[in-house]
Amino acid sequence: MGAYIVKRLISAIPVLLGITVIVFAIMALIPGDPATAILGSYATPENVERLNRDLGLDRPAWQRYFVWLANMLQGEFGRSFRLNRPVIDEVLERFNATLILAGTSFVLCTIFGILAGTVSAARQYGWADKAITFAVLLGISIPSFFLGMMMILIFAVNLQWLPVSGMYAIYGGGDLPDLLWHLIMPATALAVVATGVVARLSRSAMLEVLRQDFIRTARAKGVPERRVIWRHALKAAMVSIIPVLGIQAGFVLSGAVYIEIVFQWPGIGRMLVDAILTRDILLVQGGVVFVAACYVLFNIVVDVAQALLDPRIKT
Amino acid sequence: MRPMEWMRKAAPAAALGIAMHGLPASAQTPSGVLVVGQIAEPQALDPAAVTAVNDFRILMNVYDGLVRYKAGTLEVEPALAESWEVSDDGTTYTFDLREGVNFHDGTAFDAEAVKFNFDRMLNEDHPYYDTGPFPLSFFFSAIDEVEVVDDQTVRFQLSEPYAPFLSNLAYPTGLIVSPVAVEQHGQDFGRNPVGTGPFQFVEWRPNEAVVVERNPDYWDGAPALEAVVFRPITDANTRTAEMLAGGIDLMVEVPPVALGQFEGEGFQVVEQAGPHVWFLILNAKEGPFADQRVRQAANYAIDKEALVNDVLEGTAEVAAGPIPPAFAWAHNDAVEPYPHDPERARQLLQEAGAEGAELTFYVTEGGSGMLDPVPMATAIQADLDEVGFDVGIETYEWNTFLGQVNPGLEGKADMAEMAWMTNDPDTLPYLTLRTEAWPENGGFNSGYYSNPEVDRLLEEARTSTSQEERAELYKQVQAIVHEDAPWVFVANWKQNAVVSDRVEGFELEPSFFLLLGDVTKN
Repeated sequence: MGAYIVKRLISAIPVLLGITVIVFAIMALIPGDPATAILGSYATPENVERLNRDLGLDRPAWQRYFVWLANMLQGEFGRSFRLNRPVIDEVLERFNATLILAGTSFVLCTIFGILAGTVSAARQYGWADKAITFAVLLGISIPSFFLGMMMILIFAVNLQWLPVSGMYAIYGGGDLPDLLWHLIMPATALAVVATGVVARLSRSAMLEVLRQDFIRTARAKGVPERRVIWRHALKAAMVSIIPVLGIQAGFVLSGAVYIEIVFQWPGIGRMLVDAILTRDILLVQGGVVFVAACYVLFNIVVDVAQALLDPRIKT
Repeated sequence: MRPMEWMRKAAPAAALGIAMHGLPASAQTPSGVLVVGQIAEPQALDPAAVTAVNDFRILMNVYDGLVRYKAGTLEVEPALAESWEVSDDGTTYTFDLREGVNFHDGTAFDAEAVKFNFDRMLNEDHPYYDTGPFPLSFFFSAIDEVEVVDDQTVRFQLSEPYAPFLSNLAYPTGLIVSPVAVEQHGQDFGRNPVGTGPFQFVEWRPNEAVVVERNPDYWDGAPALEAVVFRPITDANTRTAEMLAGGIDLMVEVPPVALGQFEGEGFQVVEQAGPHVWFLILNAKEGPFADQRVRQAANYAIDKEALVNDVLEGTAEVAAGPIPPAFAWAHNDAVEPYPHDPERARQLLQEAGAEGAELTFYVTEGGSGMLDPVPMATAIQADLDEVGFDVGIETYEWNTFLGQVNPGLEGKADMAEMAWMTNDPDTLPYLTLRTEAWPENGGFNSGYYSNPEVDRLLEEARTSTSQEERAELYKQVQAIVHEDAPWVFVANWKQNAVVSDRVEGFELEPSFFLLLGDVTKN
């Protein structure tokens, strides 16, 4: 198992290097530069040139790439042009907020998705199955940002039960209940689609397992039906559910962008959108590399988990 | 515990937990504390380093300049300088500074501090030049030297007469920061701002809030509010929802479509026209718009009333020329907007033999001061097609758009959207209408308009030290430019804000700054 993990970690290095090249190239190739973005209407060629020099952007692109890469390997991500603070501070702070939001949504979609899928499969074509299938279809079909806006309208503006936006109350907040309080709507809005996907795939994975011989054997031995489903079948189905969860983690992470904007959640998705629009090159590059590294790492964890569950995968 | 059972037990428990937590969501904001919904997180709170109106809204309450705009106008009055003298040749400005003013860190405001501020921005050898970059330092590029005469007197030596100098000093780029704080914080000064203004900085919780509290020793009278909290809420719908739910007391830049939400009780909508012009640059160098009659035809063809009333929902007024009415002293009231007259437009097109002319129209998706650029472009396209043009729209993201338009439209497009917000009547025409301002010379005259008479008038107005004389010259410029029609003059934006009925004494300024010194909240 140790060798397998090391192998997977080594194979991640070229992936990450590729990502640095791609994100750097994209930022270098898209039209517009930070000086134009900062100066706006006042971007005369003269002002742009002076500001680019002050920002150190007058050197050729390949030089800038290697300087950036070398700095990054030493843990130095540079300073954001726009925010005038170290990139790494901003990225870590923002990623923390995204992790809280996406992590909660991920837990929600895992629990409720598997639960719904399993119940659905156990009661195939029964009323519970039909109701869940309908709800799941509805959930998958509603765009999360729209759902978020409707939730704000109903629960925050009309009923005034929940706060509209933000991560903490402006006054007297900052503790855990306050955070959870602010987390309810965005985490739910973000989890709905993923829950639907997980539910659908769990259902089909369970149905497949339920038809297999060992289930019939278990039933024939007189194992109670509940135990058959929640122990024997679910454990076997997890082998095909876990990779889906890995993919959903990526979806939840990227879907967080919309939710962060709607709920003014101070996460990294919104930071990246703002940074791209203002051509804050180092912040975009640092942020993308950081998120990509986390995603790659998470996928390795998922693969390892799968290998632990299913000895056939380990090589 | 089995999952279903867990659910059955957990759901009521969770509901109870939420209920016991009370109702923080609907809790009103405390009295004496004003919560402002901003459109974005500030970049920095160093006035020399930032360029966005969004940041200026905070800065104007933390710092003072040597001069400021008189309430409700764009005319300068004394602030940190009590008085000043301008030499007859217009190149020497001597300021007498207010005595007994201290920065929030307790250090004294004096002539040395003024010199430090401008040297930091302009002098590359200054030890704190590296706290920049200072993108708008060219506002003060006419300064040759800043001289400390004595503690309370400072003298600016300009390289040439430059009439907008005072008005630039009233702009946020001219706000005075504490030299000691810059020395102490270096590059992080922008996150630890220290000025002399009515409010002093307390804390900046990134992406949550900037908090400032009253400066009890403010030289112009301590403000009534105890504190102001600036919250960044980028999404306009979310900002509207926060305002409706009572999470913020004041909201700026209300989207036109959301204004209807605040018509009822509990809210007050405030409006103020500002020094903003929204226009279409026409390519006067080549193609159909090289003919003045075709340019005028475009001005007649477009129904500007419909644009400001229907597309912009009344958040703008029809523009008549290149200098907006907010510059009351320099605005020529005799110049009327082109009326909507499709018949006249067709006639002019026929005279010019330009019927069916194909036009490429550059449109931006967004951008500072651009209002609703895409719906406006669509309406404009329909109006122009109506009289016999054939308009093709090309849409670009804002920075890409600037990269296309600023180097000039030649060989690419016939017209482009543009908007400017300025602080002096000189700025916009000087940078966008002179022959010397063609893109190859580093200006923004992207449509290659050229009229020697306009060039002469603008140069003269810039070097004159008499406001009456300048006003007269600008009025002539407006009349000529209106007739030459290098642009389609479309709209002057009215800035708006919504305040809750707990807030009193709030006014918007024509400068678009947000001044909160006289505001109260119960």
